[in-house]
Amino acid sequence: METAGSGSSRTKVNNPLWLLAEVTYKCPLHCVFCYNPTDYTTYGQELSTDEWLKVLREAREIGATQLGFSGGEPLVRDDLEIMVAEARKLGYYSNLITSGVGLTEKRIAAFKEGGLDHIQLSFQDSTREMNDFLSSTKTFELKSRVAKLIQQYDYPMVLNVVLHRMNIDHTEQILEMAEAMGAEYVELANTQYYGWALVNRDQLLPTREQLQRAEEVTNKFRERVGSKMKIYFVVPDYHADRPKACMNGWGSVFITVQADGTVLPCHEARMLPGLTFPNARDHDMRWIWYDSPGFNAYRGDEWMKEPCRTCPEKVKDFGGCRCQAFMLTGDATNADPVCSLSPHHHIVTAAVERAQQRDRKTIAVHPIVFRDDKSSRELSRKAEPATPAEV
Amino acid sequence: MTEQAKFTDDTVLDLARYFRFQWEPVQEAYVLLYPEGMVKLSGSAGEIMKRVPGGTSVKSILEDLEKAFPGADLRNDVLGFLEVAHGNGWIRVKQD
Repeated sequence: METAGSGSSRTKVNNPLWLLAEVTYKCPLHCVFCYNPTDYTTYGQELSTDEWLKVLREAREIGATQLGFSGGEPLVRDDLEIMVAEARKLGYYSNLITSGVGLTEKRIAAFKEGGLDHIQLSFQDSTREMNDFLSSTKTFELKSRVAKLIQQYDYPMVLNVVLHRMNIDHTEQILEMAEAMGAEYVELANTQYYGWALVNRDQLLPTREQLQRAEEVTNKFRERVGSKMKIYFVVPDYHADRPKACMNGWGSVFITVQADGTVLPCHEARMLPGLTFPNARDHDMRWIWYDSPGFNAYRGDEWMKEPCRTCPEKVKDFGGCRCQAFMLTGDATNADPVCSLSPHHHIVTAAVERAQQRDRKTIAVHPIVFRDDKSSRELSRKAEPATPAEV
Repeated sequence: MTEQAKFTDDTVLDLARYFRFQWEPVQEAYVLLYPEGMVKLSGSAGEIMKRVPGGTSVKSILEDLEKAFPGADLRNDVLGFLEVAHGNGWIRVKQD
């Protein structure tokens, strides 16, 4: 049996399909909604070029086909061209997930030549002043320039925009801009509350009314543009009453490799207590995927508590997100409190209620925290994990 | 427009833009890869799709399959699959 650790001994383990390579946590931007770990400044040295190539080879051997180069800003790595070319040789379908900062014509030409399949251009607030990026001429010019390059090199135009309470009221303008740029796919992704976004949750969580308006605007826009632009609207899970099927199940299809080589079943799992995750420098990916205790910890359903354990929906959502359960309830084996059946659901509804109250200016919130090295060091020094103040 | 494609023998087909077709040894299957997704093909679907990339007429796809699988009457199944594949956006009709 390909099992170990505390997971279910009856779980059949399929091969992985996705590899997310977070090649660096360095980033020229300071986004307040970044899902990167807040303590990234305490991590060890980044994997070398050769070590990344080893990761790519080994993950491909066990079946991964989709590869995302992410970060931080992956373009900070000047050896990305080497990784891209190797990925193509190995047979990956590869995607560069980038802010566009640093994407010169020389680099995109090398990526095309090397066989990069796809570029996902994301929009961020790049100014410390928290100006809406739509009013930031500098950002707009950069994005337009990069969008032209993407088209010029015959890549599909895929835009990703993270929505939060400070920009969600501009959904229509965002979509108009995407249309003007010739976007074929637009992902309007409401902020997920991990990492920096959790620290800033009070500033970022939209009200129910904001969300409803944004959905209406999106639906109207869809009707007008038809099939020429596909729009995905990712609802924020705090406003839902069932959890997301996080990672399509723990250790089911997805591998994240962090900049320092730590291998995780999702981007956030490093935070979970009592689990140690292997480093790609010390172990091969086959052992990590099939045999490491960390990847087996929450496979199957034997770890589940009630209400998940006997819930008919467990096959659909796998009890939601382990990390969110831990962050909000202190125990990763609890149901994701987004679920209205969770005994901890009130934690989520309280956060949404704070968003409503904040709209009425009846509560004060701490100043927004930008993702940068200084804040990371400060947050890492605190003994407690970086969670927002409770109500 | 694209839903009701009726292919003739002369229709020239190709993979849709941004799609890649390849053999996956771990899954022992042909797959189609595209941005953020993958379709695992059944054995017969794989045999048909194998003949599509690069711009091939329906006629030569059929002839090639009949050579590989002599004696079988494939025409309706193959055309049916190609139309489904087109409807799913996996393949496109090559103009000119």
